[in-house]
Amino acid sequence: METAFYFEQAGIGLSMDENYHIFLALKQLIITHPIQTCRFWGKILGLEMNYIVAEVEFQEGEEEEEAEEEEVVEEAGKEGSEARDEDEEEEKVEDEPPKSTYKPPPVIPKEENRTGANKFTYFVCNEPGKPWVRLTQVTPAQIVAARKIKKFFTGRLDAPIVSYPPFPGNEGNYLRAQIARISAGTQISPLGFFQFGEEEGDEEEEGGAGRDTYEENPDFEPISVIELLDSLSNWVHHVQNILMQGRCVWVNPSQKSEVEEEEGEEEEKPDEPDEPEEEVGPPLLTPLSEDSDILNIPPWTAESSTNLVPQYSIAVLHSNLWPGAYSFAIGKRFDNIYLGWGHKYSPENYTPTMPPPVQTEYISGPETTEMSDPTVEEELALKVAQEEALAAAEEEDEMEEEEDEDEDD
Amino acid sequence: MDAESLPYALDLVAGSGVSLSPEKRAALRASLLLVLRDYRFEKVRLWGRIQCIRGAYYIAEGLGSDRFGPRSRLYSLNCVEWSLLPPPTEEMIILTAGLKGRFQGDPSYEYEPYEKKIDEDRPYDEESPLVKEEIRLVAAVDQIDKAVGIVPRGAYVKTPLGPVHENRNFEGLSLTEAKKLSSYFHFTEPVKLKNKSLLEKADLDPATDFLDSLEHDIPKGSWSIQLERGGSLVVLRSLLWLGLTFYHVPLTKQHGYIYYGTGEKNIDLPFML
Repeated sequence: METAFYFEQAGIGLSMDENYHIFLALKQLIITHPIQTCRFWGKILGLEMNYIVAEVEFQEGEEEEEAEEEEVVEEAGKEGSEARDEDEEEEKVEDEPPKSTYKPPPVIPKEENRTGANKFTYFVCNEPGKPWVRLTQVTPAQIVAARKIKKFFTGRLDAPIVSYPPFPGNEGNYLRAQIARISAGTQISPLGFFQFGEEEGDEEEEGGAGRDTYEENPDFEPISVIELLDSLSNWVHHVQNILMQGRCVWVNPSQKSEVEEEEGEEEEKPDEPDEPEEEVGPPLLTPLSEDSDILNIPPWTAESSTNLVPQYSIAVLHSNLWPGAYSFAIGKRFDNIYLGWGHKYSPENYTPTMPPPVQTEYISGPETTEMSDPTVEEELALKVAQEEALAAAEEEDEMEEEEDEDEDD
Repeated sequence: MDAESLPYALDLVAGSGVSLSPEKRAALRASLLLVLRDYRFEKVRLWGRIQCIRGAYYIAEGLGSDRFGPRSRLYSLNCVEWSLLPPPTEEMIILTAGLKGRFQGDPSYEYEPYEKKIDEDRPYDEESPLVKEEIRLVAAVDQIDKAVGIVPRGAYVKTPLGPVHENRNFEGLSLTEAKKLSSYFHFTEPVKLKNKSLLEKADLDPATDFLDSLEHDIPKGSWSIQLERGGSLVVLRSLLWLGLTFYHVPLTKQHGYIYYGTGEKNIDLPFML
């Protein structure tokens, strides 16, 4: 509730009674589920209904029920991505004869609970008071696909996503993928509020990308509002960046599919890159000042809530990359909220990706290319030549037979 | 939305993330009254806010006795000092049509005019003037108003002499009517009405149905209509100009709209539905 007050001061957010309704709804959620932390993440507008999103973290040891669901989800996820491949394959299989050379790319494994893009669990409801629905964990394939499409949410979680390229899953999965993307892009905190855990210290030397946990810094010294406004380097991301692969931590997709690899080794595959290069994103707690611009537009706009009484003002940041994402900070308090349609800002128009080029039916060679018919003379000449060759061959055969006979003797 | 009922109205549209800080609200309530007095308007409305990279433009409009007539628009960067915007012209709209990207938040910022296609038979115009952001603002506000400024059916009446007045007998739409797009009208010169057949026109009341309804907007589904607060509030959101929110409380006179966005048209709409 307190954060709601600050957001109101900043001129962001919902009306007071709606906030209160949401607060009550969150309370209900906490009572019914073993939840450790719970936060109002934001609201996503839809065509028919809106989504209210809560970000929760389950208590340790309460994952059993989750784990069960997990497997189902995993399968569903796999089915989804396989289905997608099948779609592509089907067309080719219809014409049986030429064997399809298409090999589905190895499925990139999903991230474990509590890590990377699945660090938190999200619950959504359409209106405060309606039952909360748990969103399934996101798979990398979904994030990758979500990057390529731009669709309005309808407000029904089971609505199909009709798009090109096809999205693996329904609207619930799309919503979860977008939440993951928005979180990764816009969850920020003042510099120094979080620090890396002690045990992670050793890993730092190894590479830094492995650090994925952080804890609250007990000795955090509040940064003054003016400093927060002046320089974006006083703000840091506290959610891991999602790589192009759709995961926060890079995995090598070809390691997983060793069996396939062996099969594939028989035929040479020159077009396939032998080893995909490892992607490394910016490490956790990277300052905002290192965010890239969107075509000359700065990614963040900092504002003070008031110019008239600066001693009571709070620092407010608007994201220009994800319009609708806001953050505020004052003293030790800060929060992020998202209110919008759930789309990334793009200065250029959205263009759906082009369909892949049509597969060639056969290799064009002498058997399939059309030739001019031979004239009578050519035919006769060929006949003569063939007869001669035949005669020569027969003679040879006879010779050989004779030889054979000699040998037999 | 009307200046008098501003706090109440802002509360109603807050569901789509439209809200102003208490400071801005207080400033608006005082300054809009002054605008009303100084410019001798009959009515002043808060039109909306265009979010810029630095700060935001707050737009108000003042109306004369003919509600349908030309409107004066004012803008302000701090909700206190208002300056008049020049009336929009065709030329401005053409000039600004190619500008892309966010508003800068500085009225005197000059945009590079976009590259015109060079016609072969006509030599390339020498220096085309730089476009000021103020001009772009005028054009954007005008376009938004023309495309998605809407009123409920029956809220305004056309008198036989021509001027359009508020309908004093308007008691709000019933709940069933309020759920239909056909009971909302574009508050601009009708375009499609003239093309309607006599049969379709037969049911229309010339006093109230003198505007285009939203029903046949292109593309289909460019409005999101929702009931909030247990059906006591209808909220329409335009998907073509993301950020425009219209509210109407059924069975009351309360209605209005506010634009609260970046001032950019959603040209990706056909792909997103």
